[in-house]
Amino acid sequence: MILVNNRDEVEWEEGLTVSGLLDRFRYTFPHIIVKIDGEVIPREQYPTRTIPDGADVRVIHLIAGG
Amino acid sequence: MSEKKEMTRRVLAEYTYEAPPVERGYTGQTLYVNLSDHTIDAKPVTDMMKEKFVGGRGFGLWRLWNGVNDDTKWDDPENEIVISSGPCGGTTQYAGSGKSLVVSISPLTDVVIDSNVGGHFGPLLKFAGWDALEIQGKAEKDVIVVIDGTTGRVTIEEAPDVPVDTHLIGQWLVEDMAEKEEDRYYMSAVSAGTGAEHTRMGCLNFSFYDRKRKAPRFKQAGRGGIGTVFRDKRVKALVVKSPPVKGDSNHPADQARIARVGAKLHREIRDYDDEQNQMRRGGTSYLVTIMSDYDLLPVHNFRFGSHPDAPKLGREVWKKRFTQGIPDGCWYGCTIACAHAVDGYTLRTGPYKGQTVIVDGPEYETIAGTGSNCGIFDPDAVLEINFYCDTYGIDTISFGTGTAFVMECYEAGVLDKEKTGGLELTFGNADASIELLHQMGRGEGFGKIAGQGIRRMKEYFVKEFGADPQFVQDIGMEAKGLEYSEYVTKESLAQQGGYGLTNKGPQHDEAWLIFMDQVSNLLPTFEDKAEALHYFPMFRTWFGLCGFCKLPWNDVVPPDNAETDEPAKIPEHVQNYVEIFSGVTGREVTKEDLVNMSETVYNLQRVFNIRLGHGRRDHDDIPYRSAGPVTAEEYESRAERYDSQLQEFLGLDPAGMSTEEKMAALREYREDQYEKLKDAVYARRGWTKDAVPKVETLKKLGIDFPDVVAVVEKYL
Repeated sequence: MILVNNRDEVEWEEGLTVSGLLDRFRYTFPHIIVKIDGEVIPREQYPTRTIPDGADVRVIHLIAGG
Repeated sequence: MSEKKEMTRRVLAEYTYEAPPVERGYTGQTLYVNLSDHTIDAKPVTDMMKEKFVGGRGFGLWRLWNGVNDDTKWDDPENEIVISSGPCGGTTQYAGSGKSLVVSISPLTDVVIDSNVGGHFGPLLKFAGWDALEIQGKAEKDVIVVIDGTTGRVTIEEAPDVPVDTHLIGQWLVEDMAEKEEDRYYMSAVSAGTGAEHTRMGCLNFSFYDRKRKAPRFKQAGRGGIGTVFRDKRVKALVVKSPPVKGDSNHPADQARIARVGAKLHREIRDYDDEQNQMRRGGTSYLVTIMSDYDLLPVHNFRFGSHPDAPKLGREVWKKRFTQGIPDGCWYGCTIACAHAVDGYTLRTGPYKGQTVIVDGPEYETIAGTGSNCGIFDPDAVLEINFYCDTYGIDTISFGTGTAFVMECYEAGVLDKEKTGGLELTFGNADASIELLHQMGRGEGFGKIAGQGIRRMKEYFVKEFGADPQFVQDIGMEAKGLEYSEYVTKESLAQQGGYGLTNKGPQHDEAWLIFMDQVSNLLPTFEDKAEALHYFPMFRTWFGLCGFCKLPWNDVVPPDNAETDEPAKIPEHVQNYVEIFSGVTGREVTKEDLVNMSETVYNLQRVFNIRLGHGRRDHDDIPYRSAGPVTAEEYESRAERYDSQLQEFLGLDPAGMSTEEKMAALREYREDQYEKLKDAVYARRGWTKDAVPKVETLKKLGIDFPDVVAVVEKYL
């Protein structure tokens, strides 16, 4: 189990990448910061960086709007 | 340039002046024009005004505060329209530094409205010698006001040949008011249109000359019906001419400091816009599909938050429609360049059918409001509505949200074809929506009723058609009388406050907290929400004091922003603004000072609302559609989410409850949450539980003037 944004519990699966997690939540906004257990993950690592079981994942969306 | 037509222009009043040099962003004077008695005069800008109210919206509010009475209504002669850019307005080195702020008493809300707008008028007004323009009184016949900074002459003129609709005003401006091509660069007009005369949702159009297209373009001060006030005063156009704009026209205290910060931002936009929001290619249209992905796109009068046809109105569609490769800034030096346009669009309806025109925009709010919220997923229909709203002088947001309300009323049986004069106003009927707009332009039929705005439509539908008052109140998406802008807020309590706990009504330019709250869960407590509903409205208000656009603040961000302590605030860009403001005015400030400046103006505006008989706790109420599901269909569309909330927050077992029982329980809970939010926000802002600024708050901000304190003391 991983915890996303200190609220949403997500079933962990082997090989789940940051990109996979973002797809699962349909997080398509371009200004996203992803932290895994406090570590900021560079955007270029999203497709390859796997998320360990039990991780505390924060997906921070920066505000925008017109 | 084509040969000029002979235009009849009769000067009713004239005033001559010598334009003072701009010093550190200020000319030191504002222009007062009274259309009733033809007074034209200069008023000094005092040090107190600069210190406490800064410029822009602050100057507008201060002039308006001193110009009206406690019982002034929007259509009284003493109501004013005040236009001001701000000390940083007219800067050409930093992106987004050409905005103007307009304030007036609104025909929709009966309190103060402020509306920000691009285009060249505000900066050119300053370079013509004036920090603000204050229009009061009412003309007997239609007039134009011409402020010619090249000759030092201000005139009120009768000009019967001058048209009213904005795209025609634009033609008149460049063909008849300019002697030569170069003159067009440094002229700008403010206009409304025939629709503004017949509705309460009139907007103002601010022109700028597009040198690449060799054509006038327009940006809109859309919100709150200021265009209606404008036409009620019988103004067809305000025209300003200034000397040529140069890189140092604003005469800042430290030009090099500004250039340094500006160059850094220009590089950032160049390097990162393509991988971030692509503002240069698609403007704010990128938000359409994203909002749909996050269940935030208004669909069918805010009932739903997404739709499978959203990509039909998405950025990729607009990128193909927008002419690419043209630097589409609405002020010189804006490299974020989001002011896109569709060239060569041939109108298919209305009085200008068959004309080929430039359509300015559409931006996200227009697409979502007139498109998805009305169930219309046809980009041509959105363009047609966008063009006619602009030229008629009608706010696309109020039109879109208002039409969505009408459509739901039609589908719910409140309205029928007989009541609408034959218009079948069902969701998705683009032709009916467009005809409704033309009726507003002509001032006839059901369009005249719809043009009064949702609040007055509710009353009318109850009185004339026997509508259920609770139903129309729940689904009519207005607060304080202003139609909602285009985000679904049901699942974000903070954004319910972002819309409801505003001074002017539900417009997102104060606070947009949905992602922080609903998605990122960064505001879990009432205190967190209240802090955000203090900081962001104050910070975003500051742009409107200075002449800045909000977009370069957070629609492109530095690559290392993620590693800062408060990434949502974009700390590096906040520091840019500290540098620019200090560099322009010579007044060294900190980031905390920016918020303090806004707090002063914001609190004056709240007191102003109270002075006008509103502005207290119940004035911040919101329609239930913005907080939760009004209909069973809405509940069932998110049943899993709502059922789990009943269990988690209220300890109820939804299995044994009917949908109506579940809706009632959820409603009681959510409405209670909103009241608790009010308490927390008012406390953070230094207001009483009745939303009245405390005297100690006014003292702290230095606006404990006797007439200001006298307003609040009645309620303490």
